[in-house]
Amino acid sequence: MSGANLLTLWSDQVAISVIWWMVLVIGVMYVARDKAHQAIRAFTKVIHKAARIAARTIQSTEKHLKERNRQVLLQHGRVSTERHIEREFQRVAVTVNRDLSGYPSMQRKLKEQITKIDEDYQQTAEVPPSPPNWLEAIEHVAKIPGNGDPTVAKILDDIHCTLKRANDKALSEYRDASKRRHGLLKHMLPYWRKMTHSLETVEKRINNLDERSKIIDNQMDQYAEILKQTDQSAKLLSSSSLTQFFIAGLVLVIAALGGFINFQLIALPMSEMVGAGTYVGATNWQVSDVAAMVIISVEIAMGLFLMEAIGVTRLFPVIGSMDDKLRTRIAWILFSFLFAFASIESALAYMRDIMATDREALTQALAGVQVVQAEYRWIPSIGQMVMGFVLPFALTFVAIPLESFIHSSRTVLGVVAAAFLRFLAFFCRFFGNISLNAGSFVINIYDLIVIVPLRVEQLLHSGHSGRSDRSERGDRNGHEIEIKDAKPAKVVIAAKKPKSLPGIDSTMS
Amino acid sequence: MGVKAVLGMFAVLSLVLAGCGKPVPRNTAVYMLIDTSGTYTQEIEKAQKIINYLLGTLATGDSLAVAKIDSGSFSEKDIVAKVTFDSKPSQANSQKRAFQTAINRFVGRVSSSAYTDITGGMIQGIEFLNETGAGSKYILVFSDLKEEIQKGQVRDFPINFNGIKVSAINVTKLRTDNVDPREYLDRLEAWKTRVESGGGTWRVVNDLNRIETLLGDRREN
Repeated sequence: MSGANLLTLWSDQVAISVIWWMVLVIGVMYVARDKAHQAIRAFTKVIHKAARIAARTIQSTEKHLKERNRQVLLQHGRVSTERHIEREFQRVAVTVNRDLSGYPSMQRKLKEQITKIDEDYQQTAEVPPSPPNWLEAIEHVAKIPGNGDPTVAKILDDIHCTLKRANDKALSEYRDASKRRHGLLKHMLPYWRKMTHSLETVEKRINNLDERSKIIDNQMDQYAEILKQTDQSAKLLSSSSLTQFFIAGLVLVIAALGGFINFQLIALPMSEMVGAGTYVGATNWQVSDVAAMVIISVEIAMGLFLMEAIGVTRLFPVIGSMDDKLRTRIAWILFSFLFAFASIESALAYMRDIMATDREALTQALAGVQVVQAEYRWIPSIGQMVMGFVLPFALTFVAIPLESFIHSSRTVLGVVAAAFLRFLAFFCRFFGNISLNAGSFVINIYDLIVIVPLRVEQLLHSGHSGRSDRSERGDRNGHEIEIKDAKPAKVVIAAKKPKSLPGIDSTMS
Repeated sequence: MGVKAVLGMFAVLSLVLAGCGKPVPRNTAVYMLIDTSGTYTQEIEKAQKIINYLLGTLATGDSLAVAKIDSGSFSEKDIVAKVTFDSKPSQANSQKRAFQTAINRFVGRVSSSAYTDITGGMIQGIEFLNETGAGSKYILVFSDLKEEIQKGQVRDFPINFNGIKVSAINVTKLRTDNVDPREYLDRLEAWKTRVESGGGTWRVVNDLNRIETLLGDRREN
């Protein structure tokens, strides 16, 4: 039976048939009202509970994930700080070995210089010239009264002359001694300078060590914070990880562009080697393109291993844990491979240039244009060769941002996943509440549809309760009492708990 | 090794095996017919330009053949030059140069034929194209499409084009077409019906400035 037939089941006129249908439906809905309300409530409660359980489960998962993220972050931070501290200690060791290993000889030198200076200093001590021993005798002779005796005067004159001569001689000796002392002091000057320089050098080295020790102190503080697993350290590490993620991502994009240029350089000549027009199975990948990509990938892999072998990155623990000698040997082997690949790429780049020139000449010939040899053609040729040689080495350094990216992406992905779970939990809770309220809404709509029979029932109940109330009161008082209360039905309904009215929902209360 | 790792390897292996399925032909084969009947030989230089364009466009692994339409075109002798380009680009370039030289020689000594056996040329072209096994097949007919066959030759039968794309190039109007243009239109319509009923596709390119659209829908390799 089609829909149109159903519509005209009760009457040929659609309107009348629709009315009958409505009456029938409303009647059925009125009869099944209690059960329908229960079913709706049960259904919405089930959804609400399921959503709450799901939200709780997701919250729990998010909590676990956050804890795991925190552990990963702290673990990475711990390893990273250990590396920094280790590096700082290595620097200190280098400084100590390089600068302070010569400290004993420097000390000896300083001692020698000090001894020399001391000796010179001792020699420069000013010795006052001792007065001649006969001065006292002269003093007594000088006190002898002359009494105008020319002999005495002559003796005194002689004494005066002798004294003057002695004075001049003493003065001259004193001057010589001073000059000698000045000479010795002048001789001391370069020793002083040398010593000052030596002491300044020592000071610089000590200061350098002091700075390093401060850095190590900071790192150790940070390390201690990480070991304590404080929130502050986790926050700092998270922020640092996000920064690393974006910076490393940016550098990797640049490296990818470099790889693309490299690919363009060697893809065409590779078609000359392995043939163009051959595809890998049913795919759209040309064999020559795949070969070029394989070469570039191998170069990048070599670069990663090389960086690992020389201790720049720590992506492969197997290489990191090797003996130093073996690692150095491996590094040299890898470098040789890279060098060979770079040379091959350079040759391929040159070949590409030749092929491009040939193609250009053919195109000109086909177009009927005279083939012209471009001037300074060698410049792009050399440029391509240099690029072909340099790019493999440049791509080697991809290892550094790649390591940062891998480490930081663990944190970032964890943070994103946690945020997604948080959103999912919120959505579940929201959906659960919506479904619960939707149940009330549906019940109200249901009651709105069956409003007519409900009103009739209400009126019937109110009439019945009014009569019984009046009869009860009349019996009690022996008189008929007029009921003026406008809301008797409500009292009856509340007492009997009949079907609820639209807008009055028990679930809401 | 965990179950996840095994499943992952299995997935990768499946992808690799799916990639190594039956190879799909991606090369292009072009068979160009040049009308050498009557006064149409005057148009041969235009055909030469188109051939040069094709030589510049076709890549390694593609095939190209140029044949003339004369009194009996269903013959290998009417093929002026044919080549399948080597997979090495440098070798392919040498082949293109040799092909161009052959065409130049042909253009220099072409002579008019008494009849125009276009159908015979088409059948010859279909044979050539099917032999190449190319992914995209084209027949380019450089003609006024006015077929004139010798007495006794049977050409009035359906041809199986089997997905070949047929393009009529530089379909010039004859003197009689000017008197009654319906002749020209009927001629084009007749060829279109014949090609399409044989499973091919048909198009007309009269503007030689648009020759780059000739192989526009071919599979790139």
